[in-house]
Amino acid sequence: MISFPEQLVYRISRFIDLGVDWVLDNFRGFFRGFASFVNSLFNIFDTIFSSIPWWVYIILLVIAGWRLYNIKVGIGLGAMLYAIGMFGLWDDMIYTLIIIFIGVTASLLIGLPSGIAMAKFSRVERVLKPLLDGMQTMPSFVYLIPAVTLFGLGRVPAVIATSIYAIPPLIRLTYLGITSVDKEVIEAGRSFGSTSMQMLFKIELPQSLPTIMTGVNQTTMMAMAMVVIASMIGADGIGAQVLVSMRRLEIGQGFQAGLAIVFLAIILDRIFQGIAKRFERSVTMDG
Amino acid sequence: MAKQVTVENLSVLFGSDKAKEQALKMIDEGYSVGDIREETGVTVANMNVNFDIQPDELFVIVGLSGSGKSTFIRTLNLLNKPTRGDIKINGESLLGLSKEALRSYRRKDVSMVFQHFGLLSHRSVLENVEYPLEIQKVNKKERIEKSRAALEQVGLKDWENSMPSELSGGMRQRVGLARALVNDPELLLMDEPYSALDPLIRREMQNELLNLDDSSERTIVFITHDMNEAFRIGDRIALMRDAEVVQIGTPLDFFKNPANDYVKDFIADVDKSRILKARNIMRKPLNVVTLDMTAKQARTKMEDTQSEYAFVVNEDKEYLGFIVAQDLEKSEARSLKKFLKEDHHVLRRNTYLSDALKALQSSTYDVAVLDKKQHLRGVISNDEIIAALAE
Ligand SMILES: Nc1ncnc2c1ncn2[C@@H]1O[C@H](COP(=O)(O)OP(=O)(O)OP(=O)(O)O)[C@@H](O)[C@H]1O
Ligand SMILES: [Mg+2]
Repeated sequence: MISFPEQLVYRISRFIDLGVDWVLDNFRGFFRGFASFVNSLFNIFDTIFSSIPWWVYIILLVIAGWRLYNIKVGIGLGAMLYAIGMFGLWDDMIYTLIIIFIGVTASLLIGLPSGIAMAKFSRVERVLKPLLDGMQTMPSFVYLIPAVTLFGLGRVPAVIATSIYAIPPLIRLTYLGITSVDKEVIEAGRSFGSTSMQMLFKIELPQSLPTIMTGVNQTTMMAMAMVVIASMIGADGIGAQVLVSMRRLEIGQGFQAGLAIVFLAIILDRIFQGIAKRFERSVTMDG
Repeated sequence: MAKQVTVENLSVLFGSDKAKEQALKMIDEGYSVGDIREETGVTVANMNVNFDIQPDELFVIVGLSGSGKSTFIRTLNLLNKPTRGDIKINGESLLGLSKEALRSYRRKDVSMVFQHFGLLSHRSVLENVEYPLEIQKVNKKERIEKSRAALEQVGLKDWENSMPSELSGGMRQRVGLARALVNDPELLLMDEPYSALDPLIRREMQNELLNLDDSSERTIVFITHDMNEAFRIGDRIALMRDAEVVQIGTPLDFFKNPANDYVKDFIADVDKSRILKARNIMRKPLNVVTLDMTAKQARTKMEDTQSEYAFVVNEDKEYLGFIVAQDLEKSEARSLKKFLKEDHHVLRRNTYLSDALKALQSSTYDVAVLDKKQHLRGVISNDEIIAALAE
C-alpha cells in the first residue's frame, strides 16, 4: 500500500490522442498550408541572409556597436561574431538567426496589437492577463509538444513554438508602455481634439517606444533560448550542434557551440538594449 | 469673437452612478461635501457652481488644493463631464455637442495649458507647437508658419529645433503656451500654469501673459492657488472652497466687501498697491465718438450721455484724443478733426494704480485707458484711483 493503487490509475492520454486525431483529420489542409507557408518564408530569408558576405555582417555589427555605445563595444561585438565563424559555426548561426528573426517578427505582428488591445479594452485585459501569467510559468519544452503534434518535426514547428513562447513579454510591455504614458500628456492630446487613432499613433505609441523596445529585447532573448531547445524537435542551427556533441560526448565541440550561443545572445541583447536606450533618451524629460 | 462662458448650476461628482444619484439628492437637501462623502463615498468636486465669464475677460479661479478648481476648468472642454447642470459657450450648450462637434470645438475654439506642461517629449519644440494643427490636417507649410509665429509670440523663436528636455521649466511652459495659441483659440484654459515654476520666473511669465492678453480678444480662464497671482492678473476672480464658489468679483470688490472671514483671511497677505491696475477699476466709456462723425452727431452723443466732452476713436477703435462740447456749439462741421484735442494723459491697462496716480495729478476729465494697440478699453478718473487705493 505504498505505491499508488493500480485500480485508481485512469489514463486520459487516449482521449487526447482522439482529440488530436480529430483536429488533424479535419484541419489537415490548413496545417499543411500553414507549414508550407512558413517553409517558403524560411527559404526566402535563407536566400537573403545567405547572400550577404560574412564580413558585411561583421562590419555592420561593429558600426552598430560603435554608434549605440562606443568603438570598443563595436569591436568587442564584432570579435564575438568573428569567433562564431572561426568555430566553424557560421552557417548554423545564420540558420538560428533566421528562426529567431521569423519568430520575433511573428511575435511583433501578434504581440503589438494584442498589447494595445489589452491597454484599451478592460475585457481583453481580463482575458489576457491570466493567460500571459500561465504562459510565462510553463517550461519552454512544453511548447514543443503541440507544435510537434500539429506540424511534425523540423524547422516549421521550431519557428512556431519559438514565436508563441517568446510573445508574452512583448504583449506585457506594450501594455505597460501604453498604460503608463504621462496622464497630462494624454489629456493634452485629448484637449486638442485628437481622434483615438491620432492618440495612438502620434502620442501613445511614440511615448511608449522605449518600453516596447525593452519588450522586443526580452522577446528576442526568449526566442534565442527556445531556438536552442527546439533542436530537440529537429531544427538545425547552433542548438543542434550542442545536442549532437552531447550525444557523442564530444566535450570540446559542445563547449565551443555553447560559447557561440552565448556570444550570439550577447550580441542580440546589446544591440536591442542600445536601441531601447536611444528611444528612452528621446522621450524622457529630465536627464 | 471671444467666447462668453455661462456656467449654470454645475455639479461634478466622482463615484459610482448609483451613489452619485444619492449624493445629488443630499446636495439638494443641503448636506455638506464632507457629510456626503462619509455617507455615500462620492467626492463632490463642484457643487452648484453658477457664474458668467465675459468675452475677453481674464477670469481667475483661486482656492486651496482640492477645492475643485481643476475639475471645474476641465469641464469647460469636457475632459470632465458635468454630473448635473450645464455649460454654455456663447449661449450654446456643451452637453448638446455631438462627438464631431466636440472634436471641432476642441480643435478650433478652446485650448488648454497644463501645470506640468503636457509636452510631447518625443517631438521637437516646433513639432510640439505644430501638433494641434497637424491633427487637423493643416498642410505642412502653413503649419510651420503658424507655429513659428506662435513661438515668436512667446519669445522662443530660436529654440524650435530643441527637444523639450533641453529647456528650462519656464521655457517649457512657454512652449505649452505657444502650442495652445497656435490655433488662435477664443477661449484659453490655464490650469495652474506657473505653479511649477520658481517665483522670479513666475512673475516674468505673469507679465508676459498680461502683455499677450493686452492686445488680443480672447477669453482666458486661469487657475491658481496663489492669491497674489490671482489678484495680479485677474480681471475678475472666483474664490473656491470645498467645491463651492465663495465669492466672485473684481480684486477691488474683494478688498471692499469680503464675503466672510474666510475671504478676509485669504486676502490678508495681499499687497494692494502691487496688485491693482488700471484695468481693475476702469469703467466702460459711454461718451465715445468716431472721427468721421459730424459735429451735430457728436453733440447728440454727448447730450445722450450727459457729458461735456467725448473720447474720439478712429474706425479701428484706436484712440485719438478728445473733444469738448463747448467747442462744437452750433458748428455744422462734417468731421471732428479740427476740434480734436490730443491728449497726453492716457493710461495703459496694465499700469499699477500707484504709478497711475503719480502720472495724473492734475487731470480733471476721465482718463482714457488703452491697450498696447492703442485701442480704447476703458476710462478712469483720478478720484476713483485715489478711492481704490484708500480702501
Ligand atoms: N478623476 C477623479 N476621480 C475621483 N476623484 C477626483 C477625480 N478628479 C478629482 N477628484 C477629486 O475631486 C476633488 C477636487 O479635485 P481638483 O483636482 O478639482 O482640485 P484642485 O482645486 O484642482 O486642487 P489642486 O490645487 O491640488 O490641483 C479632490 O478631492 C479630488 O480628489
Ligand atoms: Mg488642480
